Amino acid sequence: MKKSIGFRLNGQPTTLDTEEDRTLLWVLRTDLGLTGTKCGCGIGACGSCTVVVDGTAVRSCQTTLMEVAGKEVTTIEGLARGDELHPLQQAFVDHGGLQCGFCTPGMIMNAYGLLLEDPRPSREKVVDAMEGNLCRCSAYKRILEAIESVASSNGGRS
Amino acid sequence: MMPDLDRRAFLKLVGGGIVVLVRLGPSPALAQFGRGYPEDFNAYLRIDEDGKVTVFSGKIEMGQGVTTSLAQMAAEELGVALDSIEMVLGDTDRCPWDMGTFGSLTTRVFGPVLRKAAAEARAILIELAAEKLGVPRDRLVVRQGVVSVRDEPGRQVSYGALARGQAIARTLGEEAVLRSVEEFEVMGRSVQRLDAVAKVTGKAQYAADIRLPGLLYARILRPPAHGATLARVDTSEAAAMEGVRVVEEDGLVAVLHVDPEMAGAALGRLRPEWNAASPGADTDGVFDDLLSRAPAPEVTGVKGDVEAARTAGTPVLESTFRKGYVAHAPIEPHAATAQLKEGKLTVWSSTQTPFPLRDELARTMGLEAERVRVITPYVGGGFGGKTAGRQAEEAARLARITGQPVQVAWTRAEEFFYDTLDPACIVKIASAVDGDGRITLWDCDVYFAGDRAAEIFYDIPHTRMRVFGGWMGPGASAHRFAVGPWRAPGANMNVFARESQIDVLASEAKVDPVDFRLRNMGDERMGRVVREAAKAFGWTPQPAPSGRGWGVAAGIDSGAYVALAVEVEVDRETGAVRVERVVCAQDMGIVVNPEGAIMQMEGCITMGLGYVLSEELRFDGGRMLDDNFDTYELPRLSWLPRIETVLVKNDALAPQGGGEPPIVPMGGAIANAVFDATGERIFRLPLTPARVKEALGKRRAG
Ligand code: FES
Ligand code: FES
Repeated sequence: MKKSIGFRLNGQPTTLDTEEDRTLLWVLRTDLGLTGTKCGCGIGACGSCTVVVDGTAVRSCQTTLMEVAGKEVTTIEGLARGDELHPLQQAFVDHGGLQCGFCTPGMIMNAYGLLLEDPRPSREKVVDAMEGNLCRCSAYKRILEAIESVASSNGGRS
Repeated sequence: MMPDLDRRAFLKLVGGGIVVLVRLGPSPALAQFGRGYPEDFNAYLRIDEDGKVTVFSGKIEMGQGVTTSLAQMAAEELGVALDSIEMVLGDTDRCPWDMGTFGSLTTRVFGPVLRKAAAEARAILIELAAEKLGVPRDRLVVRQGVVSVRDEPGRQVSYGALARGQAIARTLGEEAVLRSVEEFEVMGRSVQRLDAVAKVTGKAQYAADIRLPGLLYARILRPPAHGATLARVDTSEAAAMEGVRVVEEDGLVAVLHVDPEMAGAALGRLRPEWNAASPGADTDGVFDDLLSRAPAPEVTGVKGDVEAARTAGTPVLESTFRKGYVAHAPIEPHAATAQLKEGKLTVWSSTQTPFPLRDELARTMGLEAERVRVITPYVGGGFGGKTAGRQAEEAARLARITGQPVQVAWTRAEEFFYDTLDPACIVKIASAVDGDGRITLWDCDVYFAGDRAAEIFYDIPHTRMRVFGGWMGPGASAHRFAVGPWRAPGANMNVFARESQIDVLASEAKVDPVDFRLRNMGDERMGRVVREAAKAFGWTPQPAPSGRGWGVAAGIDSGAYVALAVEVEVDRETGAVRVERVVCAQDMGIVVNPEGAIMQMEGCITMGLGYVLSEELRFDGGRMLDDNFDTYELPRLSWLPRIETVLVKNDALAPQGGGEPPIVPMGGAIANAVFDATGERIFRLPLTPARVKEALGKRRAG
């Protein structure tokens, strides 16, 4: 049954008339045309669909629209301010934390969620938080360096 | 289309300016890869009338960084800034024909030719400038796309001004002079990836990110097992769902909807009945099954008299090595978006082979090749797995049937089911070592792994290798699943087996594994690389097992020489192996982008942990038991070892492939380190905790 569902998306109020049990990932990628959020597994096992909801990183493939009603959703498209990259994005560029780039939006959003929660996480905490994000190109070393560089400087802009 | 096109038609196609066309015939560098590898590379480089430089190539970007390294090469030879170059890749309407992007071939084979084309373009521009400025060519210098008179910087003209009004097309001659390593300004430097910003902002588009008006998302009915066939299917329930379209044509049963999730729901409402697949071997039984069906061998590397050496009295040590099926598992599953408009089919596809895919689509769709365009957006990882075009064909067929644009994006389960897996394979080696620690015999039988990287660079008087099939050719059909090239196909297994067996001999001779390799080394270039790795590691000699958990292995792949020294820790309770440290020394000739090369090396090493420690697709008959990342385990961040890389300088050699070599010795190095730690040798990849535990248990019991 269709319902009117409202939430904030990358800072903008957004309302959709649709079924509330639809999956956030597919609503983002189709209805809203935000294809930066990727589907790598569909079961919550790879992290490539990660977005931030009210300050917490979530797997959008495991999240329904209903669950984000009235909340603030941030996707990879909402991180930069105009042409100015978010420090995490800049760090991934500077440290070469990507190859094919398919896992990258999920990696960055997951790290963004972590830094919102704890601006200066220990290495163990970073590794622990990023453990569910898979990178087949195995750019892990650079990904870790990128995240740690932001964590140690200013904890990331939020 | 391009090679035989006449010049006028060609210029009309690409517009004015200056164009240098590159053609490369069959190359000896490719011969070692056997049939099925590209034999022809084409590209062109254009300087248009406003000075913009565009490189058009049928290569594709799947993470290996070619966009950047090719642009660097063109910028270097042309004398322009890196960011003034635009790369157009993998678009069959805009780029010249190309066989595909495989392995580490792009830099090595295509790179020199592109450099020559750019050098030729610069020569043309200097010639034009000499005319325009009225000075001899040798008084001109080029900087950042501007030609000026030496010592008179005021007298200058830009590339754009020179190209204006021109319509010059040249086919590359052999005489173009390349800049030397000492002259390099752009090559040999670490630069930021040209695709990095697009990828961190979510703007980089992949095949499933294409959105077209009226786009339908398709889900396709799949058999529960390889070999199962569809008896009948009741589609009525699915068809009754709002907005669902059902398609049934020649075995293709699909449901389509404007919402991919609804298409998925409709798929669940199909009521198929299947004719069961015939039973067959499972994960463990497959090796004997394969051995019973091995094709006739090709015999190579025969030296001395193997039979005589076998009976010469030195004890012959025989080992059998095994490895299961490994998936490519790119995080982007196969996807394609197809549109058929006014008789022209356009397909955006995740593919490593846009041109062969175009030809295949033309054939299956009954269209002229000119009526098919394949566009390759960014590819989310390939590793050899994105060469088959099944999903593109499905999308194209469905677009024709429905009359609407269609997207087919595989689920992870479909990805595992249809992946062209790295084949299960077996290597048997019989060898002997004399009292002086010299290897006297090497008799090697390879089943289903081919001969890549199998060459023996140790100095052994009596050798023979018999290859019973590889990932393609007669060996391929012995498998129940599709098999194909996986990052450095076959090489991982061949090097795992060889380097493990070398350690078996070293241990027999009670000689340190590094010393043993050097003592028997038959290739000085490799000797240097092994020494560099040992030095960087801080290796001190001790025969294995030393209890330290150290291992070494070496291999040659794609023209690059690589040696790894690793340190592992083995949990004796669980059997889990943790790789603490990897030191990698690599000689890859001239290094175009050191940072890029090191990144690829690190990626290889970390990815290699997967096939060595955990990755093995389990199955029973035709049924896949692993269909997602919850049970098929890829390396994760916490597995990351300390990685140190050493680029062994070799500027006398043209750039060699760097994308794959370091993955090749990972199996041998880790298995040797596990032996060094525990005294137990594991002969089967992956070295899962269960297998390691079992081996340790036997030791305790025995
Ligand atoms: S797609 Fe959501 S976790 Fe993999
Ligand atoms: S960069 Fe390719 S999967 Fe991470």
